[in-house]
Amino acid sequence: MKPAVLTGEHFMTGDEACAEGALAAGCLFFGGYPITPATEIAEHMSERLPELGGTFIQMEDEIGAIASVLGAAWSGRKSMTATSGPGFSLMMENVGLAVCTETPCVIVNVQRAGPSTGLPTMVAQADMMQARWGSHGHYEIIALSPASGQEIFYQTIKAFNLSERYRTPVFIMTDEIIGHMSEKVVIPPAGQIQTEWRPKPKGRKDRFLPYQPGKRGVAPMPAAGEGYNVHVTGLTHDERGYPVMTVEAQEEMITRICRKIQDNRDDIIMTEEHGLEDAEVVLVSYGISARTSMAAMQQARAMGMKVGFLRLITVWPFAESQIRRVAERVKGFVTVEMNLGQIHLEVMRAAGGKPCRLVGHAGGTIISPNQVIAALKEGF
Amino acid sequence: MGPTIRADKAVVPDHPLEDLIRSDRIPHIWCSGCGIGTAFASCLTAMKSSGIDLQKTCMVSGIGCSGRAAGYVDLDSFHTTHGRAIPFATGLKLGNPSLNVVVFSGDGDLFAIGGNHFIHAARRNIDLTVICLNNLNYGMTGGQVAATTPHLARTTTTPSGNPEQPFNLPLLAWASGATYVARWTMLHVRELTDCIQKAILKSGFSFIEVLGPCPINYGRRNREKSLQTLKLYRERTVIRNNADLRDLEIDFTTQVVLGEFVNKERATCIENYDKVCRPLR
Repeated sequence: MKPAVLTGEHFMTGDEACAEGALAAGCLFFGGYPITPATEIAEHMSERLPELGGTFIQMEDEIGAIASVLGAAWSGRKSMTATSGPGFSLMMENVGLAVCTETPCVIVNVQRAGPSTGLPTMVAQADMMQARWGSHGHYEIIALSPASGQEIFYQTIKAFNLSERYRTPVFIMTDEIIGHMSEKVVIPPAGQIQTEWRPKPKGRKDRFLPYQPGKRGVAPMPAAGEGYNVHVTGLTHDERGYPVMTVEAQEEMITRICRKIQDNRDDIIMTEEHGLEDAEVVLVSYGISARTSMAAMQQARAMGMKVGFLRLITVWPFAESQIRRVAERVKGFVTVEMNLGQIHLEVMRAAGGKPCRLVGHAGGTIISPNQVIAALKEGF
Repeated sequence: MGPTIRADKAVVPDHPLEDLIRSDRIPHIWCSGCGIGTAFASCLTAMKSSGIDLQKTCMVSGIGCSGRAAGYVDLDSFHTTHGRAIPFATGLKLGNPSLNVVVFSGDGDLFAIGGNHFIHAARRNIDLTVICLNNLNYGMTGGQVAATTPHLARTTTTPSGNPEQPFNLPLLAWASGATYVARWTMLHVRELTDCIQKAILKSGFSFIEVLGPCPINYGRRNREKSLQTLKLYRERTVIRNNADLRDLEIDFTTQVVLGEFVNKERATCIENYDKVCRPLR
């Protein structure tokens, strides 16, 4: 029997590395539905979970998949699903339920080009705004975007940890290239992997308030069957979890759910900076396009252009203050992403009036460094 | 808790289900003459009398009038999204197989928007007890046509009468693979309670259809007062256990068959998973 943490050097796809990261994080439930290019995550979990005492189930559709993931989360398990555009769309209603009921879970979107069925086997990064605002109502969300097979392993662990720490769904917004590309992935010994669990309630069960915020604004979360008799509802509720249909209850609940993310931005937002010290123009990118941007930055510097690179590891919440800080000393920004301007809009918002350009396209193929160089040469 | 003494000094005994109700959430939202409360009480009575560990028992509901049931039971209770009670309950049960999971929801929730989940849960024989309060229409939204509304019945979205045919729910449940199937009206409290208890104690996918009146939204538009509906439940029903499932169309102009129709053994979803997917453990 293979252990949960497959310590050693591997050559595996990003989808497999994602599944291994989930297992290393302690995930024991996967509810899924086949969809290219995310299917390999489900396949890998279907093989690995039963031997670890976990459960894999292929549900009847993506709506059922995410509903089962939320149910499993309340049974006390770390749980996840993985999908791509059309499935991501179907999951949106229950993403809202997870936000509203503060249910920890991880949802992987291996992005392909849309809208609709789009280009099922070809890459895109065009679901970024859907990740931010896809479910109805106002809320905050956490989304990470890995740039390699190695990183998707670690970010999947990180996604589970953030999800448990903040009792919120966390997205891994990866893409077809990361998902399908085979790379070297080093899995450390189990003892070197830090895993977190949702805060658990203490004290008298009959006085427990399931939505009374504790540390970091997050309420402790019991599992079903532990004797807390919690009521969990997608209706606006008070700290007892009881529905309350008032303007005040709505204000209090939504504000609290948003603030637990907003007030902990420094803990959640991860970025990586390259060559910002003397940069005149800064590339902003994430996911596979970060690899393009890194290559472009190096080539541009070899040509004498003072180019820096800010990589978004956490895409949501947006690294607004990081962009603002950089904006004070640069001429402008170039956002590199496989869509026609999504994160680009956020960069513009944070750039303090500095000019911003987009290097992007509608999806289907990777952006080449040459396209970025060309944009840099054109200037603003 | 002992009996409560009211201001007028009359001794009011505790409600027999007091310990299973979130009494701080009463009054409930259900209308006068609604059948949900009676079916809900039957469900709670059965949970209690079955002797199962109530701390390990959860109720899951979807959206609609019946979907509010989860909000009134003092157990771990989940009021999910429209149609998704069954897949949520599936995750709950698979995540912790020691839980007893009861789904209590309405016909619109379970068989229109949630119909796909119902048939697949029955096919897998996941160990759930699904209780469907069938009031023949969408009550909460004001009385629209449902997948269970009789042909020609009037609703707000079928003002000239329903042009469609309704589902035969027990037949659908059996065809999908349910291992326990029964139908009662909320007037048949004892039989209903006994069947719910049986279903809770039986492993596998159990389905109980409970007919209940919706006088405000369905009855009013079909010239049927609450008491008249109950008279139909008494006079136009016949108990026929193990009846031919094809004879279970709901037509109160003739006769509606009630009873226990399916009670068979089949390996559950979890038993099969353990056997097939982790034989080495």
